[in-house]
Amino acid sequence: MIIRVKPDKTGVVTDGVKHSMNPFDEIAVEEAVRLKEKKIAQEIVAVSCGPAQSQETLRTALAMGVDRGIHVEISGTEYDTLQPIHVSKILAKLAEDEKADIIIVGKQAIDDDANQTAQMTAALLDWPQGTFASKIEKLNGELHVIREIDGGLETIKVKLPAVVSADLRLNEPRYATLPNIMKAKKKPLKKVSPKDLGVDTTARIEVLSVEDPPTRQAGVILADVDQLIIKLKEGGHVQ
Amino acid sequence: MNFTSMLEVDEQFKEMSFDGSLVFVLLFQFCKYLQRFQSTLVIAEHNNEKLLPITQNAITAAKKLGGDISVLVFGTKCSHVAEQVSKAPGLARILVAENEAFHGFLPENVTPLVLATQKQFNFTHILAGATALTKSLLPRVAAKLDVSPISDIIGIKGPDTFVRTIYAGNAILTLKSKDPVKVITVRGTNFEPASLEGGSTVTETAPGGEYKTGLSQFLSQELSKSDRPELTSAKVVISGGRGMKSGENFKLLYDLADKLNAAVGASRAAVDAGFVANDLQVGQTGKIVAPELYIAVGISGAIQHLAGMKDSKTIVAINKDPEAPIFQVADYGLVQDLFKAVPELTGKL
Repeated sequence: MIIRVKPDKTGVVTDGVKHSMNPFDEIAVEEAVRLKEKKIAQEIVAVSCGPAQSQETLRTALAMGVDRGIHVEISGTEYDTLQPIHVSKILAKLAEDEKADIIIVGKQAIDDDANQTAQMTAALLDWPQGTFASKIEKLNGELHVIREIDGGLETIKVKLPAVVSADLRLNEPRYATLPNIMKAKKKPLKKVSPKDLGVDTTARIEVLSVEDPPTRQAGVILADVDQLIIKLKEGGHVQ
Repeated sequence: MNFTSMLEVDEQFKEMSFDGSLVFVLLFQFCKYLQRFQSTLVIAEHNNEKLLPITQNAITAAKKLGGDISVLVFGTKCSHVAEQVSKAPGLARILVAENEAFHGFLPENVTPLVLATQKQFNFTHILAGATALTKSLLPRVAAKLDVSPISDIIGIKGPDTFVRTIYAGNAILTLKSKDPVKVITVRGTNFEPASLEGGSTVTETAPGGEYKTGLSQFLSQELSKSDRPELTSAKVVISGGRGMKSGENFKLLYDLADKLNAAVGASRAAVDAGFVANDLQVGQTGKIVAPELYIAVGISGAIQHLAGMKDSKTIVAINKDPEAPIFQVADYGLVQDLFKAVPELTGKL
């Protein structure tokens, strides 16, 4: 993923750039499909909030095995300042409308790197949360979640309904096959607006600037280990 | 009196004063004025025995905001940790909540405590070091306060203006928050640790309540044990990548780490290949480190890995592929077979 910052510092260049489903969301979709294959889930609904192109992402999810999609259309300046708090409110409302038992999202989007949506959605619904999940199991009507934490792993159990966020190691997402991509085109996809759902998407932040990070000065290639040791000594890293 | 009129008064006084002293007095009053309107709650992190060092970085960030600083310590056993925090100079109060409901620090149970504390003190900022725990907890708190949280900040430009990275560290975003309460996690490596000596803040009891929600339950934990320094706070980090070829070969890095008192990390490729546990992963989706010295061994240098280590002071790369992108960020590169270079380096140190 090579990105370019716009010269006017208002954001990064997104026009004409290859877009794809957020990798953590692919893992979330895969887990949902596996829950259905294990007969734990009956139906899977995929939701995406954003401009018209979000429908392509939804079609990918449908091709992976999702039953139907909901596109919450948000575009223009509204989309530029769309934050996890807005998405969470939309997801919470849809979860209630659709009577969902489990919401699975990726642990973070690799553009804003916020890592907030699962937690905020759970809070709005007053549901428990299993964040950074690397394993999910349903036992005695509850979800057992192995979570990736600093220093290792922990296991918690949460009552249903619950929100789970997928970490990288939860599973290996499948590729959509051509027949499934064709079938996905016929699956239902509903379009709604935040207004239909009663969600206010007023900006909570103002973007003051988006800039390139400082570049590191070019380094030197050393001839051998002895030279490296000299440099480490010069830097005070070794005695 | 609002902020602007205060500044105007300041200007008037400057004109009126014949020496510097009046201006000085007024600046002092101005600072006091700001303090009355800013107050920060820092969430302390600990393991029921010791304060985690990242809390010290969070206290420094809180000091940059100006105003009162309160620290909230919660857990099943808090007295020792509260005592440690009480020695940090410059704190207004330390609030302690010891309760069996906080076993495992479950966000479902801790959130009502933070909300009750917020209700009592009306903080303008709620802040913590960015860790697995606070990344789970603070957005939950923020949603309950109906504010948009700000993750993993690397700089503070004002009480409502923050700097953070986006796109795996490939762009720097400066944003102004419009929300009344700022809920923030700070990247530990971007703020110096605050001292834990010389202070003597009295501890108080945090608002009590029935905090056991029953929504979730902590069952068990499996922590990787190591005598080496903790990855995110180590002065030297040695990381291995796919080039290590096996988990057994990581012993080469452990031997070198012992010579340098270093922590050992890994790239995602090494974790996915099963060489080491995933809590060693350095990168966008793992730990962010910024040590004095980072030695990357057999790591190509994917963008996601660079996001986790490119703020290290000195970067050394050992890789037999001269084209590896890691050499573009390395201060010193050694184009050699790691299986020859690493043992030689360990032997000669």
